[in-house]
Amino acid sequence: MKYLENRKYVIQGIFLLVGMVYALRLFYIQVVDSSYKQAAETNAIKTIIQYPFRGLIYDREGKLLVQNTPVYDLMVVPKEVKQLDTLRLSSLLELPLDDVRERLKKARTFSYVQPSIFYQKLTTQDLAHIQDNLIDFPGFYINARTARGYPHQSLSHALGYIAEISPKQLEDTAYVGYRPGDYIGKSGIELEYEKFLMGKRGVKYKMVNVRGVEKGPFKEGAYDTLSVAGKNLVSTIDLDLQAYGEHLMNGAKGSIVAIEPATGEVLAYISAPFYDPNLFTGKDYGKNYMALLQDKDKTMFNRPIMADQNPPGSIFKLVQALIALEDGVITPKTQFACNKALVNCHPHPSPLDLYGAVQHSCNPWFFQAYRLLLNQGKSNNTFTDTSIGLRDWREQVLTFGFGQQLGIDIPGEKKGIIASPEMYDRVYGKNRWKYSTIYSLSIGQGELGVTPLQMANFMAIVANRGYYVTPHIIRSVGENGKPLQEYQERHYTSVDPKHYEPIVEGMAEVVRAGTARRANLAKVGIEVCGKTGTAQNPQGPDHAVFVAFAPKENPKIAIAVYVEHGKWGGQSAAPIAGLMIEKYLTDTVTIKEQEKWVLSREYLNIKSK
Amino acid sequence: MGAEPQVLQKYKVATRSSHRTSKLLTHHMDWVTILLYSLLVALGWMNIYAAVYSPDNIVNIMSFDINSGKQLVWIGASLILIIVLLVVDYKVYEHLAYPIYGGIILLLLVTLVIAKPIAGSRSWLELGGGIRLQPAELAKFATALAVSKYLSTVNLRQQKFKDQMVLAAITFLPPVIIILQNETGSALVFGAFILAFFREGMSPLILIIGGSAAAIFILTLLVPKLYLIIGIALLMGLAVWLDYRLMRRLKTMIAMFLLVVGMIFSVDYFVNNILQPHQQNRIKALINPEADPLGYGWNVTQSKIAIGSGGFWGKGFLEGTQTKFDFVPEQSTDFIFCTIGEEHGWIGSTVLIALFVFLLIRIVAIAERQRTVFGRTYGYCVASIIFFHFLVNVGMTIGLAPVVGIPLPFFSYGGSSLWSFTILLFILIALDANRAKDLTR
Repeated sequence: MKYLENRKYVIQGIFLLVGMVYALRLFYIQVVDSSYKQAAETNAIKTIIQYPFRGLIYDREGKLLVQNTPVYDLMVVPKEVKQLDTLRLSSLLELPLDDVRERLKKARTFSYVQPSIFYQKLTTQDLAHIQDNLIDFPGFYINARTARGYPHQSLSHALGYIAEISPKQLEDTAYVGYRPGDYIGKSGIELEYEKFLMGKRGVKYKMVNVRGVEKGPFKEGAYDTLSVAGKNLVSTIDLDLQAYGEHLMNGAKGSIVAIEPATGEVLAYISAPFYDPNLFTGKDYGKNYMALLQDKDKTMFNRPIMADQNPPGSIFKLVQALIALEDGVITPKTQFACNKALVNCHPHPSPLDLYGAVQHSCNPWFFQAYRLLLNQGKSNNTFTDTSIGLRDWREQVLTFGFGQQLGIDIPGEKKGIIASPEMYDRVYGKNRWKYSTIYSLSIGQGELGVTPLQMANFMAIVANRGYYVTPHIIRSVGENGKPLQEYQERHYTSVDPKHYEPIVEGMAEVVRAGTARRANLAKVGIEVCGKTGTAQNPQGPDHAVFVAFAPKENPKIAIAVYVEHGKWGGQSAAPIAGLMIEKYLTDTVTIKEQEKWVLSREYLNIKSK
Repeated sequence: MGAEPQVLQKYKVATRSSHRTSKLLTHHMDWVTILLYSLLVALGWMNIYAAVYSPDNIVNIMSFDINSGKQLVWIGASLILIIVLLVVDYKVYEHLAYPIYGGIILLLLVTLVIAKPIAGSRSWLELGGGIRLQPAELAKFATALAVSKYLSTVNLRQQKFKDQMVLAAITFLPPVIIILQNETGSALVFGAFILAFFREGMSPLILIIGGSAAAIFILTLLVPKLYLIIGIALLMGLAVWLDYRLMRRLKTMIAMFLLVVGMIFSVDYFVNNILQPHQQNRIKALINPEADPLGYGWNVTQSKIAIGSGGFWGKGFLEGTQTKFDFVPEQSTDFIFCTIGEEHGWIGSTVLIALFVFLLIRIVAIAERQRTVFGRTYGYCVASIIFFHFLVNVGMTIGLAPVVGIPLPFFSYGGSSLWSFTILLFILIALDANRAKDLTR
């Protein structure tokens, strides 16, 4: 037993030994080695974030759409604030005293030693005034950053905007690497292409002594990283055309979408009313944003991709004709009488074949054609037969890109509505509805909703005689980048290309001698093919629609113009389309009388039928 | 421990005297230990204040907004805890050792299942009202009680395999659960029981082999492998040269040598493939913190700078610059020693180390004077646990041990830790104060 008791000396010895080793080690690092004292002198390492330049955005011809402009943030390090004259600071920044105190408290809560933003986005003018006085406010300093700038004030809805990342986003794992105060795309291209535009943040480490005096780069900058600028984007937008379209739509409500048929490139993207994107860059961003969000004209509503509740009107007759041709229930020579007992119409020659029916937009003609299309006798029961017909028809309509997101590179796209048997079963009950219940579909009214983008895309299909390429607004990432892969594929419709020709002929007649003579460009040698439409709406005068493409052979532009409360497509939407087409194809406008007419807004005063 | 009447006679005097003064427990308490405890707690409290103190924003040391104010609450609660521990019949600790141990095991398992992860570990129980409890802390004294109880019933030296296995199971069940909770640091503490086992008759070979393995592990990280192997070969050669009889055990010697070499080569594999990335970084930080001073080396580098800048006399109370402005992380908890090093210099650090060494030696002395195996073993367990914390906590701040997140006993900020060490120590003081009542050993 005794020898076990002696083991206590071993254990106590171990304790003593460790104590001595530690005391010696401490003697070495505290007394002998002086390098730690020097290190402490220059210990404070200040990290300076270098914000990357966000990528620029160019139009299809290399004109700058979005650039970066310098803005200045007033930063504060609460630890370094000495004898703060809050009253003077409040008058300097033109802020209420309470606000100054509140901001200071917020900064303190964030961190006592880390800098935080005290006041955001000072303009260059503000800066000059404030910077001179800043010497009396230790702990405050100016940090330069870049904000977005828009030299042309155009394309607001498609470009979108950037803003400080939200606390919610910061917690989201999808935004790993972002820090409070970072700017991030919130809508439009800025959001869709965030990962290319953002670039990579750089960090500089500077050594600062205990009194905050800089002592040069830490370890000769070995740990510094350079910021990497974001990638530039090349848009498909033609800035001149875009600006001209905005000029034409100024004061009106509605949309214009123009697409290059062969490529699906969006040439113009107008949502009216629009706003100056520069409103969202300054320090009044919040105020401006709220004002726009609440205005009665719904300025922030991105009409070309979001207005999907309105029926397309007569332009949809073209879709019906195409599918009827494909199914073989009509031929181009099929004639129907303009029987106003079926559905109302306006005066024109009768009976008409397909060409004439398109040219004159004859309602009874399409009533009868669509009836043949839906009731093909696949069932003896007329209810079931209509249901089968509608299902088959719907399947074909979807191949035109209706009733679904086309996949444009602008977030927020709506699907639209295409009537389905289920929809009517829900409303009327199964086998409780037949053709006479739903005939208004034949003329583009009823349970149909089409976005202006889908209308323009439909024109691209007709122009291409049977296919479309997903419309997109960004051609490439980087000035010399390859065209984006996802926008190369051709999507064919269910309708054979040969059936498009009679439709195209009819559309040419519409502009030459039909309802859309205001879009006629014959005198400059351009043959425009188009179709007018009128969308009924319960809120007031009808909406006017016009879709077109030109030239007839080898088309270069497909366009949809939607004027809210524009009454007749031929009066308001058609001249706008004609002007846009001429502007794009010839770079000049000769049909000045149409321009004058559009800008006068007299079409709003024409008496409704 | 059946006391025969004759034996009782032999201890009559002692028994009578203890009965006479049993109401005045304070006469028998070890005041030296209590003084050391009070000193450490008080100094810790002041340094917690120093760690969070900022000259531009002076907050009263008592303010509940800062850690020192909160620590005062924990200290106050500890006083109540101490009174309870001393008033309770001291026999309870021995009698209830297993139930307490069983209860804690259950609590650990419950925690593992229901705890929400905090900083990656599932070890905190929410008690409601923002109060959290870490059962892993309580497992230390519970295991110490159970181990002592078991050793008081078997004789380790008789080397019954079954008994040794039971003891190992008692000791290592809690750390296994704690590792599952992802609190590896707390789990390592249980390795310290080896010192108590050694005192109770465990073969010294295990201590030597364990110590050598740890030494070889650390050396492999610090010294090139070839040099280390040559060094070990030379050492063995020297041993043979000194005692030629060893030649007769040549096979054993060669086997040992090969074993060591094998271990040296498996260290890399262990570090790179078995340890988790954050644990690898702690190993790397130990070897060469300068390789990444802003990354994994940050804690160690900053901690050494803070301590090193203290010099011989220190910068003075509340005058430290490094520990103030958040250069050293975990200031008032795991890296509290930096504050001492910076503000009180080598003198202050050495005094603190001396206090700990003194306390540890004193606890061993207390353990040795217990009349029961239970009391003695418990005393050694207390010393072992406090020693391990001291060894690793101070070691990591001065770059001699890898960074393991365990607190400095009595000193670091935190209620769970302060209470668990208070319970640990004051059960021993209660046992010690009543030792005269125990008849045999």
